[in-house]
Amino acid sequence: MTADLALIWPELILTIGGLITLMLGTFLGDRQVGIYQLSSLLTLAAAAAAVVALFGIDTTVFSGTLSVDSFGGFAKLLIYAASFVCIIIAPRFFTGGMRAEYPTLILFAALGMGIMASSRDLMTLYVGLELNSLAAYVLASFMRTDERSTEAGLKYFVLGALASGMLLYGISLLYGFTGTTDFTGIAATLGGELNIGLIFGIVFVLAGLGFKISAVPFHMWTPDVYEGAPTPVTTFFATAPKVAAMALMTRVVIDAMGPAIGAWQQIVIFLSLASIILGAVGAIGQKNIKRLLAYSSINNVGFMLIGLAAGTQQGVEGVLTYLLVYVVTTLGAFLVVLQLRDADGNQIESIPALAGLSQRRPGLAAAMAVFMFSLAGIPPLFGFWPKYLVFEAAVDANLVPLAVAGIVASVIGAFYYIAIIKMMYFDDKSDTEIPASGGVIVEDAVITASALWLSVIGYLFIPVLAVVSASAAAVLF
Amino acid sequence: MISVGHYLAVSAVLFTLGVLGIFINRKNIIVILMAIELILLAVNINLVAFSAALNDLVGQVFAMFVLTVAAGEAAIGLAILVIYFRGRGTIAVDDANRMKG
Repeated sequence: MTADLALIWPELILTIGGLITLMLGTFLGDRQVGIYQLSSLLTLAAAAAAVVALFGIDTTVFSGTLSVDSFGGFAKLLIYAASFVCIIIAPRFFTGGMRAEYPTLILFAALGMGIMASSRDLMTLYVGLELNSLAAYVLASFMRTDERSTEAGLKYFVLGALASGMLLYGISLLYGFTGTTDFTGIAATLGGELNIGLIFGIVFVLAGLGFKISAVPFHMWTPDVYEGAPTPVTTFFATAPKVAAMALMTRVVIDAMGPAIGAWQQIVIFLSLASIILGAVGAIGQKNIKRLLAYSSINNVGFMLIGLAAGTQQGVEGVLTYLLVYVVTTLGAFLVVLQLRDADGNQIESIPALAGLSQRRPGLAAAMAVFMFSLAGIPPLFGFWPKYLVFEAAVDANLVPLAVAGIVASVIGAFYYIAIIKMMYFDDKSDTEIPASGGVIVEDAVITASALWLSVIGYLFIPVLAVVSASAAAVLF
Repeated sequence: MISVGHYLAVSAVLFTLGVLGIFINRKNIIVILMAIELILLAVNINLVAFSAALNDLVGQVFAMFVLTVAAGEAAIGLAILVIYFRGRGTIAVDDANRMKG
């Protein structure tokens, strides 16, 4: 048992760091933003270092309930990096500085997401998922006096709780009909004949997880929550929990339900197709940039599910690469949105206000153009590469119709991404002044770095990415 | 003799009532919170019934986890409901429409 503790250093560091940040916030008051921001960032950096130190180990701890492997490590690094950026961008957004609850909740959510990504037992799966969700509900309604923020929190809570309920009902059926909560044990039983109870269990578990990754038809909370939540929180929702839930879904589908591929594959294909099409069609005509990015995330989740539907190691590698590129692009896009403020310092969220941005803020418009082209998957940009990987995996797994449908839908999706670029570059200036903001160097650096990485430099990383994602995906097979 | 099937039937009915309570109810958000509790209790009946039938303690341990998390969830849900009411002055479901599209 004590030997196991040495293998969960990332989780221990996050727990202790979260509690320290909470105490700092309690005793120093809300004015000392710098101190608890520093403590939370150091905690995340230390946890990431611990993950790197544990890389390459492939074992399970605490009676096989939690795994320590490079698949979980890959997901955790992405989660911690996204949380790191979300803490950096917060103080400038919240007028009067961010309260200490914000970094504390992000740390606890990151802890829960780490547990999700490395769980290999239904019980740890549930506890990790709830730890993440409970922190996320509070984060969504973080601006207590803002009507949209509280409404977002309420909607997220009600639909998130419903999703947990469905997931749990599925878990109880899987437990009852397999007699165990361990993924390996479940896979052993699912290798035999499937009875109605097991089928219902699989369907309910996938429906509950579908809510968490906001796959259609379980996506209805996403646009409202993304629009209503404060922008740094939306940035967080669009990145870290997506990685955690996608990693969790991959592990459940491959590890626990692997032998029952006939049962889950058609569900994943349906979720994937519905998400791609509705994500692309729903985004057309949106007037709010955060809402548009919500539909874009639904669309991208659909593409990741194509890789998952293949059910092969190649497909999982595609999902992992996709997650990395998606997180970088989405972080960049939301950071650009955060820079948009009018002369009074109010946040601009409306898309028509972006018209003529290239004349007011050429650098920002260029970065946004890179992110939009990359999300659309247009070839010279790096966003094309993961799409290519998941399509290739689908074709190799004899899912040619799915790949074709995905490619057609990505053309529809390109429409609204390119519409934004057209608006920024070719439309007349809007009435809204967008003066150069005070310019936080870190934020500009993150935007520049992610835009450069996505333009062409990313292709230089393909050999490294291939090795890392292959070693991460290999532990599931 | 009451078999596991009877317990499953009861919990399936409770679960369905809970889900319907969330979707059909157009009046009051407190009712939605009650419906969520109903869903979680249906799951607990399932877990405990299976645990007894399988002669395996894991199900009962799991039920304890569910109870604990449900308590935390209810606390957070009510807290969000309070700040929502403070800003809006109503908790009717149909009034939660600041965002549309």
